[in-house]
Amino acid sequence: MHYLVGNLGHIFVITSFITSLVTAFSYYKATTSVEPDKKLFWLQNGRAGFMLHAAAVVGISICLFTIIFNHYYEYHYAYNYTDRKLPIYYLISTFWNGQEGSFLLWLFWQAILGLILIRTNKFWEGPVMTTFSIVQAFLASMVLGVVIPGLNLKLGSSPFILLRDAMPEAPIFAANPEYVPKDGQGLNELLQNYWMVIHPPTLFLGYASTLVPFAFCMAGLWLRKYRDWVRPALPWALFSGAILGLGILMGGYWAYETLSFGGYWNWDPVENSVFVPWLVLIGAIHTMITYRNSETALKAAMFLVIGTFILVLYATFLTRSGILGDASVHSFTDLGLSGQLLIYLLFFLVAGVALIVWRWKEIPFTEKEASVYSREFWIFIGAIVLCLMSFQILLPTSIPVWNKLLSLVGIDANIAPPADQVKFYSKVQLWFAVAVGLLSGIGQFFWWRNVDLGKLKKELIPPTLITLGLFAIIITIGQVYKVPYMVLTLAGVFTLVSNATILVGLLKNSPSLSGGAVAHIGVGLMLIGMMFSSGYSRVVSLNNTGMLISKQFSKEFNRDNLFLFVNETRTMWGYDIEYFGERLEPRHHGGYIRKSDVNETDDRDKVVAKFNISVNGQAYKAKDTIEIKGENTFYEIQLRKGDRAFTLYPRAQINPEMGGLLPSPDIYRTVSADLFTTVSSAMKPAGEDEWSDLQEMRIKQGEQFFANDYVCVLESVDRVYEVEGIDLTPDDVAVKAHFRVQGEHGDYFAEPIFVIKNRLVGRIPDEIRDLGLRMVLMNIHPETNDFTIATRTRQKDWVVIKAVEMPYINVVWIGTLVLMIGFGIAMTRRIREFNKMKEKGLE
Amino acid sequence: MKKSHIIVLVVIAAAIAIIVSTAGDASTYVDFGQAMAMSTSGNDREIHVVGELKKDAQGHIIGLEEGSDRVSFSFLMIDDKGREQKVYYNQPMPADFTRSEKVVVIGSYVENDFRASKILLKCPSKYQDEKKLNV
Repeated sequence: MHYLVGNLGHIFVITSFITSLVTAFSYYKATTSVEPDKKLFWLQNGRAGFMLHAAAVVGISICLFTIIFNHYYEYHYAYNYTDRKLPIYYLISTFWNGQEGSFLLWLFWQAILGLILIRTNKFWEGPVMTTFSIVQAFLASMVLGVVIPGLNLKLGSSPFILLRDAMPEAPIFAANPEYVPKDGQGLNELLQNYWMVIHPPTLFLGYASTLVPFAFCMAGLWLRKYRDWVRPALPWALFSGAILGLGILMGGYWAYETLSFGGYWNWDPVENSVFVPWLVLIGAIHTMITYRNSETALKAAMFLVIGTFILVLYATFLTRSGILGDASVHSFTDLGLSGQLLIYLLFFLVAGVALIVWRWKEIPFTEKEASVYSREFWIFIGAIVLCLMSFQILLPTSIPVWNKLLSLVGIDANIAPPADQVKFYSKVQLWFAVAVGLLSGIGQFFWWRNVDLGKLKKELIPPTLITLGLFAIIITIGQVYKVPYMVLTLAGVFTLVSNATILVGLLKNSPSLSGGAVAHIGVGLMLIGMMFSSGYSRVVSLNNTGMLISKQFSKEFNRDNLFLFVNETRTMWGYDIEYFGERLEPRHHGGYIRKSDVNETDDRDKVVAKFNISVNGQAYKAKDTIEIKGENTFYEIQLRKGDRAFTLYPRAQINPEMGGLLPSPDIYRTVSADLFTTVSSAMKPAGEDEWSDLQEMRIKQGEQFFANDYVCVLESVDRVYEVEGIDLTPDDVAVKAHFRVQGEHGDYFAEPIFVIKNRLVGRIPDEIRDLGLRMVLMNIHPETNDFTIATRTRQKDWVVIKAVEMPYINVVWIGTLVLMIGFGIAMTRRIREFNKMKEKGLE
Repeated sequence: MKKSHIIVLVVIAAAIAIIVSTAGDASTYVDFGQAMAMSTSGNDREIHVVGELKKDAQGHIIGLEEGSDRVSFSFLMIDDKGREQKVYYNQPMPADFTRSEKVVVIGSYVENDFRASKILLKCPSKYQDEKKLNV
């Protein structure tokens, strides 16, 4: 038992909690003190406190990593999320697999951001860090795991809890309190993906960074510096928008690559709850920019910045309190933190709203209304559209909350989220997307304040003509004939063209200002790409044989799926398609193992090579044990066209409990479309009844014969002195026959064994799975020097696949990338602006 | 009328439209009896039913049947009112299905069969799997 590291971790947790409280108090005093001496004293105190806090957070992380890396299974966290088979990068990712760890990740990022702020921003340090430290205190309390004596109230859930304390009912601990499991439960197979390593850190950095603009806004209200907080907050808001957006899109890409629903967005409550704050954040960024340029929309900027942070807290509450349990496919269980999470949410909601109401009268306000011909007006409308967009998502996503609230006043509402979420959201969000597209195009033409109508018309004509031309080309080539999709395409193309026009103008004179134009080009590309990939995806694996796969299957299944026998070519999507057989995945290196080349063992994760094989350059000798990921089976499928060939490995996890099949796609990417391929049905391990009766024949060594339509040859027969599972005495005899079978793409081998032990005959058959062929050595006839062999055959291996074409999905990913670049350019510009002011001593 | 007033009115109208459309498209949590009644009265909207898998005295799940194509299955579910119903699902069994303590099925009756288009699970999850310990 390694108690030290856990105790140390626990001490660090408590330290981080207490230091954050002390820091908050110190920075509060530093902000409110008038005398310079006292101010400095408290400021130094606060700084030291935060450093200590950050050090404690790092300490917690080191302790947790130590437990994970050293496989200390006496700890619940290590036991529950890891096992000894996990490679190092997945071990790292198990850190944030549990709720406690993901809180830690959040805490960690915010500590880093806090340190950066202390270094870069002297003027705002006091008030900003006060808010920061209070947030840190709330987060640290989530991992505290301390029971308050007297009240019997548990605060937080500690990642350092021992297994025996987490599972007090387990009988083993009554017998032996010192019991340590030999191995852990492992990481959920769906999470064993490189995205698990990078997606959560990105998303939590996004979450953490929304705190910075919020803290600046609160500081501005507190110090009555209503105008000044925007400048330092803006680069951070852009940073946050980029990182949070990237995190969300990574999640979408992850889903696309590994889940079988065939898309990147499923409108699941958990996805929605992250998307909503991002939309509001984008609205906030736009109003902040408007304010910087024209002194309008300050109140809107404040509302949206505060709203973003509150919505992040709300998302956390929704996903972690267990309230979504009956509404989301991602099942989250209440860790007993829902009360704490609710207090966390309400504290900042009340604080934010109270401060803004209290200062309302003092917040500068321009009486003059923005002109319809001003850029500000249209940006403001854009922000409103983004807010309505998020409202339309937030309202149904919160249905479980409405039920809870209604039940508090005694109404049993029983409202459930819309049954078909994708349809429900898409049909409304499409029109919001159209509005966003049009506005982000128009807005750019009001570069100068109050453009007059005549000039505007003149400026708008060329891009409008280009838009219409391009639009006509796209809908003709893409065959877009549905009206809503046509409108969406038009909006996307308009944004693209008008922003490209602006970009060309900007690149000549002031490329540093091009962030907005670039980002909006990205948005236009994404709209077009989404329209095509979602609206016009189509099944291409059409059953073109004219025969039903099975009468028992539904009509749709028979129509949309392709039945492939091993080594038999079919056509699909203009390609020749051929199935090569089942493959296994080596645990420690790349490549795939042919299932017919190995024998299974009792351990699902280990197979034994039948003969010398080479997998991806790694050589294995006969009888070598190869470690594999036993839960996965891959199906090697080759696509060929002319001299191009591409191999797909869609995956299926066979559910051992009842043989169900959990598919995961493989994607063939071409420039214009992705081919999204999933296994929709596969063979069961064949039962004895599916094999034909024994077919005996008498042959000589080297003689050819046919079995299951394949040419086979008996190459040699050797005496062997060891047979696995049988004790051979010197009186016993064992011989092994070596058969070579000519497959369509190379040879297969079978090595049945014939044993005479204690004068009793035993026969160990050997099977070539892919070809559905089983060989038995029946008898040896030394007198005539020939052998009786027998073959049993069954249907050849097969798989049923479904393939969907996703046209122009690459445009979505390119658009994403362009959007991120736009954020980057804009951020660079605002950081420079901030630095200039800092040099002047104004920050 | 000032422009800002127009904007406020438009926003309020849009918000109301959103609320109304959400209320219109929202599904409801019902039991199998209510779902059956809805179906026989000609309402084929998809609804949510919450319940548990049927288990025998030893706690083993009974009534699971694999579809012939291996990518569909059916199971016996008991709703909160104790009514038993066979549920058909035209997709593979979700991971951890058999370990779930509660299931939510979204779908509707087609004659006497309940056809689920989506299944949500409430699992003891990896967090709180306190009963089982691989020793």
